[in-house]
Amino acid sequence: MDSDTTLRPAELHAIATSSLTRRFGDMIAVDHIDLHIPYGQIFGLLGPNGAGKSTTIKMLTTLLDPSSGTALVAGFDVVKHPAEVRRRIGYVPQMLSADGGLTGAENLMLSAKLYGMPRKERNTRIAEALRFMGLEEAAGKLVKTYSGGMIRRLELAQAMLHRPTVLFLDEPTIGLDPVARHTVWERLQDLRRDFHMTILITTHDMDEADLLCDVLALLHRGKVAATGKPADLKVILGEEATLDDVFAHFSGGSIQEGGNYRDIRQTRRTASRLG
Amino acid sequence: MTFARPAEPPAALADRSSFIAFFRESAALAQVELRKLFRDPTELFTRAVQPLLWLVIFGQVFSKVRGIPTGQVSYLAFMTPGILAQSVLFAAIFYGIAVIWERDLGVVHKLLVSPAHRASLVVGKAISAGFRGVVQSFIIYLIAFAMRIPINWNPLAILGVLFAVALGSAVFSTFSLVIACIVKSRERFMGIGQVLTMPLFFASSAIYPIAMMPHWLQIFAVLNPLTYLVDSLRGIMIRGGQSLHPFAADLAVMALIFVILAAIAAKLYPTLVR
Repeated sequence: MDSDTTLRPAELHAIATSSLTRRFGDMIAVDHIDLHIPYGQIFGLLGPNGAGKSTTIKMLTTLLDPSSGTALVAGFDVVKHPAEVRRRIGYVPQMLSADGGLTGAENLMLSAKLYGMPRKERNTRIAEALRFMGLEEAAGKLVKTYSGGMIRRLELAQAMLHRPTVLFLDEPTIGLDPVARHTVWERLQDLRRDFHMTILITTHDMDEADLLCDVLALLHRGKVAATGKPADLKVILGEEATLDDVFAHFSGGSIQEGGNYRDIRQTRRTASRLG
Repeated sequence: MTFARPAEPPAALADRSSFIAFFRESAALAQVELRKLFRDPTELFTRAVQPLLWLVIFGQVFSKVRGIPTGQVSYLAFMTPGILAQSVLFAAIFYGIAVIWERDLGVVHKLLVSPAHRASLVVGKAISAGFRGVVQSFIIYLIAFAMRIPINWNPLAILGVLFAVALGSAVFSTFSLVIACIVKSRERFMGIGQVLTMPLFFASSAIYPIAMMPHWLQIFAVLNPLTYLVDSLRGIMIRGGQSLHPFAADLAVMALIFVILAAIAAKLYPTLVR
């Protein structure tokens, strides 16, 4: 397979999309999105429920085929070479996906095996991930006894175990208390610093977008309404502007609006499980 | 902050096309299911109640009827393999609901984003269902022993029973998975599960011989995988028990059905998250 030149990863961007589009029947969930995210960036897709964030992440993580347009992740086309993409990405879904009936270490061991990690590397990688996320003491405890913040960190540990090139996080701090949120943000910055991971998050939290992300794309009704560094986006509206103002300016609405029944139910369910 | 393109994953991570990787993934998934089962084995015990009722109440009463031709064996001995097969069916047919639950939790998303083979996600579940079936068999052996039903204690026969039960569990749990992938909601799944179990049970030779059925029902019985599970068990589980087909033929039919269902389930599994 290595001799196939089409499989050589592109050099410039961790994520590059061109007119990426997804329709569900008559509804256009993602409408001709162009994103160019360099390696090592923390990039935020910002928008209310139903703006197309989750659909975009599903396409970039090979869970959903685009209706039209292309997407390269870690240099590989998500439709033509999904297996190559999957080997190079990590993913933390919005819901709490760690298995409550297993211990933290067992959850990590399952990931290690599913990612085909060699036997002799598994334990060192797991120990390293546990240390990185500050979960060494809790490793032997059942995940259902963890706090929301600990579960999130365990999921990050699972997602970083195979050292992905690109890490995807769907609403990573939704429902967490302020201390736990800051811990998650710090760990994400550490992952970028120590392992040079490119990180794409979706969020509808302005603080998260402002404090964590290098670059933002404001998503509104499936389109990119504006893109840029948080500070640059705020400058457009003058010194006193907040990201909320920026969002309202570009989308003509508040970030708290929108979303269909299923999106909102899912968000609330996650929040209530954490709270 | 930007960085150069990072190094490629090491070669060991790259080689995933092999069968070995497929079996390792399936085994890893089955292992976690079993670990959870043993941490909370309540389910195994509650599942023993229904077959107990069938054998003790239904079996005892129908033994008196004597209208059912059961060959050389008593009616109770005739129905024991049928009740084992039934308990396998009833346990496995609701197995798919777990995958709907896992979908709502995001576990399915996470598994599908991993490079694991889609088929191993299905086979891992089937192996764990097979193991549950084996545990269920031990319980029914105990009940049958207590009721002095003439069990064939030949170790090879017992191994044969356990193997057939594991295969039957794999068939019905994978069938259940296919349904779960199609309906995608717990409420609809429960409805369909309820609708399916009784027809599958009655259109099989579990509690009466196929020869007694009206012709139209016999056609269903021939198409029903449960018939082959019952038939395989009836020949070897009970002393003097007689099956219609050779044991190997029953297993071959079940294995074929399993492969077809597993292929369908592996194809449908990714649609759970769309």
